[in-house]
Amino acid sequence: MKTSIDATLTRRSILALSGAAMVAATQPAFALTTADAKSLVGRLVGEINAIIASNKSEAAMIRDFDGVLNRYADMPILARSILGVPWRSASAAEQRDFTRALQGYLSRKYGKQFRRFAGGEIEVLSARPVRSFFEVRSMAQLPGEAPFEVVFLVSNGSGRDLFFNMIVEGINLRTTENTEINALLDRNGGNIGRLTQALGQLG
Amino acid sequence: MTCVFVPKVRLFCVLVSAAFLGACAAPQVGTQIDDPFEVANRATHAENLVLDQQFVRPLSNAYGTSVPGPVQKGIANAADNLSTPSDVLNNLLQVRPGQAAQNTARFLVNSTVGVLGLFDVASAIGIPEAQTDFGETLYYWRVPEGSYAVLPLVGPSTSRHAVGRFVDLALNPIRGALPAPESTVGTVFGVADAFGTRYRNAELIDSVLYESADSYAQARLLYLQNRRFQLRGSEVDADYFDPYEDSHEDFN
Repeated sequence: MKTSIDATLTRRSILALSGAAMVAATQPAFALTTADAKSLVGRLVGEINAIIASNKSEAAMIRDFDGVLNRYADMPILARSILGVPWRSASAAEQRDFTRALQGYLSRKYGKQFRRFAGGEIEVLSARPVRSFFEVRSMAQLPGEAPFEVVFLVSNGSGRDLFFNMIVEGINLRTTENTEINALLDRNGGNIGRLTQALGQLG
Repeated sequence: MTCVFVPKVRLFCVLVSAAFLGACAAPQVGTQIDDPFEVANRATHAENLVLDQQFVRPLSNAYGTSVPGPVQKGIANAADNLSTPSDVLNNLLQVRPGQAAQNTARFLVNSTVGVLGLFDVASAIGIPEAQTDFGETLYYWRVPEGSYAVLPLVGPSTSRHAVGRFVDLALNPIRGALPAPESTVGTVFGVADAFGTRYRNAELIDSVLYESADSYAQARLLYLQNRRFQLRGSEVDADYFDPYEDSHEDFN
């Protein structure tokens, strides 16, 4: 299934979205199915493909990718699992500020890569349940390079269907950023407030 | 260049023997980082960063901007083609006759129709590369990964991968098959293509090496994750951390 923004997919996405909205309106929570997880990532990579194809400026791509994180990523869970143990000793306000700063940092760091991907596309291949969540496999095809695997992990543990980690050719977003953010935390004397401030300048 | 290697020869020998001594242990691809030589590795990493700034990055820029794109592609293809017999040898050592046949077909097609390997005709007609190396052969035969090792100039490796690189260099069938000056063509093209790769991925490589809070830790983690993925293929369930389920456990 190609998930470039074509008429079929857009129609299907709208159907899925309105269906989800209807279910959400009638029931407080509903079980995420393999098909839901796959369609969530289908919409997610559809938006990423649209950003890559948009040929916009780097700043605009970063802004668009930030929007994708808003809609599709479980940022509090990503922030908690990227920060790791220090999260637990942080106050609610520190956690909230860190989460916001982390999202900006990730948007800039990864959003600025998208211009290199011009002409590329991600295609969703398969989905399967793993323990309490779902693994959705996709293949990225960039011009002049061998196709490579991108895995999204999706859960509705937050009450919404959102992705909470991604793995590109074995490189895990959570562990990679955990290493980086903890190195930054060390550099800032273990102070989460100062780490949050530093993150605002990075990416 | 040799001066860079000399102080490291002893460490290299230690790593080589360590890889073979551990050869009877069970095979596994873990998620752990084993880095007992971290102090020495960090020193080599720092030396490599200086080499990159003073030598590799400027040369890569010169190569990338002065050599026309199609010529770069031809050099990359030719280097790749000249390393294919070595891949076939490793395919056979891994008892993977299908992949050996696939790579042999590639070599025959690209060496002839592909004008001595300058054009990758094989990929175009649906014979993709089954890339491998002696490090993978060691993995196949249950030699453990060993410890993390930063090699001078080459960069991140493990003791197993380092031994693999050495054996691949020594056993390359192309070297034996060709007379003296021609046998080095593969190496020369390979080095040129390394500059090309550094140039094409400059932004990504620069961001890891020069924008990370701890470039050593980032390079180590990126290399280990990607190398383990190459050897084992996709993730297994047990690798996945579930932040919803494990909320009261340590995260790392």
